[in-house]
Amino acid sequence: MSHPSASGEAAHGDGAMHEHHGSLRGYLTGFMLAAILTIIPFWLVMGHVIADTWLTIFIVLVLAVVQIFVHIRYFLHLDARSEGGWNLMALIFTAVLVIIVLGASIWVMYNENANMMPMSPQYRHHVQGK
Amino acid sequence: MLEALPHRAAIWNFLFGRLTLDSMPFLKPDLEGRIVLVTFIIVAIGGLAILGAITKARKWGYLWKEWFTSVDHKKLGIMYMILATVMLLRGFADAVMMRSQQAVAFGPHMGYLPPEHYDQIFSAHGAIMIFFVAMTYIVGIMNYVMPLQIGSRDVAFPFLNNLSFWFTFWGAMLFMLSLFLGDFSMAGWLGYPPVSELQQGSGVDYYIWGLQLSGLGTLLTGINFAVTILKLRAPGMTLMKMPVFSWTTLCTSGLIIATFPVLTATLFMLALDRYVGTHFFTTGGGGNVMMYINLIWIWGHPEVYILILPLFGVFSEIVPTFSGKPLFGYSSMVYATVAIMILSYLVWLHHFFTMGSGADVNSFFSLTTMMISIPTGVKIFNWLFTMYRGRIRFTVPMLWTLGFLFTFTIGGMTGVMLSVAPADFLLHNSLFLVAHFHNVIIGGVVFGSFAAVNYWFPKAFGFKLDEFWGKASFWFWQIGFWVAFGPLYILGLMGVTRRLSHFEDPSLQIWFIIAAFGAFLIALGILSFLIQIYVSIVRRKAYAVGHDPWDGRTLEWSTSSPPPDYNFAFIPLVRERDAWTDMKAHGFRRPLDGFNPIHMPKNTATGVVIGVLAFACCFGLIWYIWWLAAASLAGVIAVAIAHTFNYHHDHHIPADEVREFEHAGNWQPETRGVNA
Repeated sequence: MSHPSASGEAAHGDGAMHEHHGSLRGYLTGFMLAAILTIIPFWLVMGHVIADTWLTIFIVLVLAVVQIFVHIRYFLHLDARSEGGWNLMALIFTAVLVIIVLGASIWVMYNENANMMPMSPQYRHHVQGK
Repeated sequence: MLEALPHRAAIWNFLFGRLTLDSMPFLKPDLEGRIVLVTFIIVAIGGLAILGAITKARKWGYLWKEWFTSVDHKKLGIMYMILATVMLLRGFADAVMMRSQQAVAFGPHMGYLPPEHYDQIFSAHGAIMIFFVAMTYIVGIMNYVMPLQIGSRDVAFPFLNNLSFWFTFWGAMLFMLSLFLGDFSMAGWLGYPPVSELQQGSGVDYYIWGLQLSGLGTLLTGINFAVTILKLRAPGMTLMKMPVFSWTTLCTSGLIIATFPVLTATLFMLALDRYVGTHFFTTGGGGNVMMYINLIWIWGHPEVYILILPLFGVFSEIVPTFSGKPLFGYSSMVYATVAIMILSYLVWLHHFFTMGSGADVNSFFSLTTMMISIPTGVKIFNWLFTMYRGRIRFTVPMLWTLGFLFTFTIGGMTGVMLSVAPADFLLHNSLFLVAHFHNVIIGGVVFGSFAAVNYWFPKAFGFKLDEFWGKASFWFWQIGFWVAFGPLYILGLMGVTRRLSHFEDPSLQIWFIIAAFGAFLIALGILSFLIQIYVSIVRRKAYAVGHDPWDGRTLEWSTSSPPPDYNFAFIPLVRERDAWTDMKAHGFRRPLDGFNPIHMPKNTATGVVIGVLAFACCFGLIWYIWWLAAASLAGVIAVAIAHTFNYHHDHHIPADEVREFEHAGNWQPETRGVNA
């Protein structure tokens, strides 16, 4: 049941890669957002704005995550529509794997470290002190 | 840190790094030296004979133009298969040496292999079998079949495909070179520190750079195949109408893309530890040796699913074809594949239950490991139900498939035994484990590769493989496998650990002698396979077949055998799963008129050149020949940049040429099977 189709095209990937590559406006917005999101953490750390170190670390990490999304949106032009949704699918797949790999590695190594590495004097004292 | 260079004039150290005449083990007068010398002489004579034969037949130009520089996925696929078969012989030679050593080295007899040589052999055996046999076979099969199956004219990035092959090839050559120049890693197939950081000499560096090179090739292949499947499917072939083999290729490619960077990064950190004195994996220096084991298995476990998934696809093509029925439970097969792909990331810790993560971590990974056997079980039942009430033709591919079902299922069950963490504390590092993973890798990947070779060979060359020698090969492998690894299961349960070159307890010897006999049977299986290829080539006229010798169901059987460079004169329009069966049912007639010129990629030498330069770079790094490493790395970058300015990378096959082939190519009246 094959019908002669337009031959030649799509024999190799060239034709498929010409999607939108953003506008000057998009790049400028992205650049401004990225710059702001970079300056804030520097200011927070250099200026000792918040007394609580852990709070500062938390805010910096949150801003880093926001920064990732800015890059994805404005520089990589990823959204739910690009490449028929496959880009988003690949991104989610990557995110799931990165979370699994990083999260579980930290969990595993924390346990390995606690069980197997030479005890720190502090910890030994803690154990013996009971 | 770098090792001290030999004491000699600085100019020699500059030119040759740490390479000296002593680096050549075959110049040493001891037994090991003689073994290597004999091997070297055989390889040298064999190599010269092949080179001489090619020169005499004036085939260099042909090989260069038609094969080495080819960007055709079919030719690259065939080259991968040849490379894998050659490396299978090398890896099997290692296996024979280990089996024979273990069969004789008892009590006062130390055998013929000293421990440091034995350690290199099991390390080389494992690494070669995984990277250059199993990986290379599956990449070869995917390369050849997948684009044909989805109705495409080539992969998405044909040049990259050629480059991937040369990276793999030169990685393999680094491993081979370590036989005759320097030594090889003694740290096992995964190069665990601290052994891999403490071992002096070039061995571990061969391992690192050989794997870096071939790993890069594999990563590029994964990207290439994923893009090909997502972008270049024939019109009408939605994902849920795609043949299962292409589905498994897609999932394997996804796994490759996600995991091979982990391998690259881990080996790079190991290289930094060895070259510049970082301490990522040395506990004394503030690093953590357990991190290496964690990281390498984050790559290593998905890797075993990278290996097996494409073969699951192969069986999913073979079983319906030879049962004369559509695949039972297509959707569940697809979802099982995807489930395995995700779950394979959640089980890596079962490789080191005994390292000390504690009960909670071990329980989690124990459960996920048991869970992954569920989708695998789904697949087994799907194949069984496909065969149920089918008219099964017991051809050679089908025999391999049945052998797989039997062998792999048992291997899977011993895997579930190992997944029970408390049981693993007894079985870890024992011969039981060795028997288990050979059970699934031989029973799955090797049997699957031979099934695929027997199934698609007529497509690739236009003639069938000899049945008798195919069956002989199957039975020798099938029986030989159980004779070789059954004793290892038993020994493992008795508590014998792996990687030993000598035993004290004489009561164990009988089992090792039986295992060695099993290896002999497998050797006959490999020999039968080679004879099968040879006999078939000699009788190719008598064995010639048309384009659809098995009454196939998927698109690759709709084009001639062998297919033309452009695969399909007209890209088929897909309406159903099993597109070719559907086309046949609707009385498809091949158009013999109205051809158009076909746009195709042009061959290029860039892949060969970059491959050679990358090999030189790695060689320089291994032997501390810094000028060579720097110059060839600069060369790689320069050639890669120069290649981006090559705008003449495509051409059109004129319509007349297409017409000529379509009228003359290997087309016969459809050869229907028994159920026609």
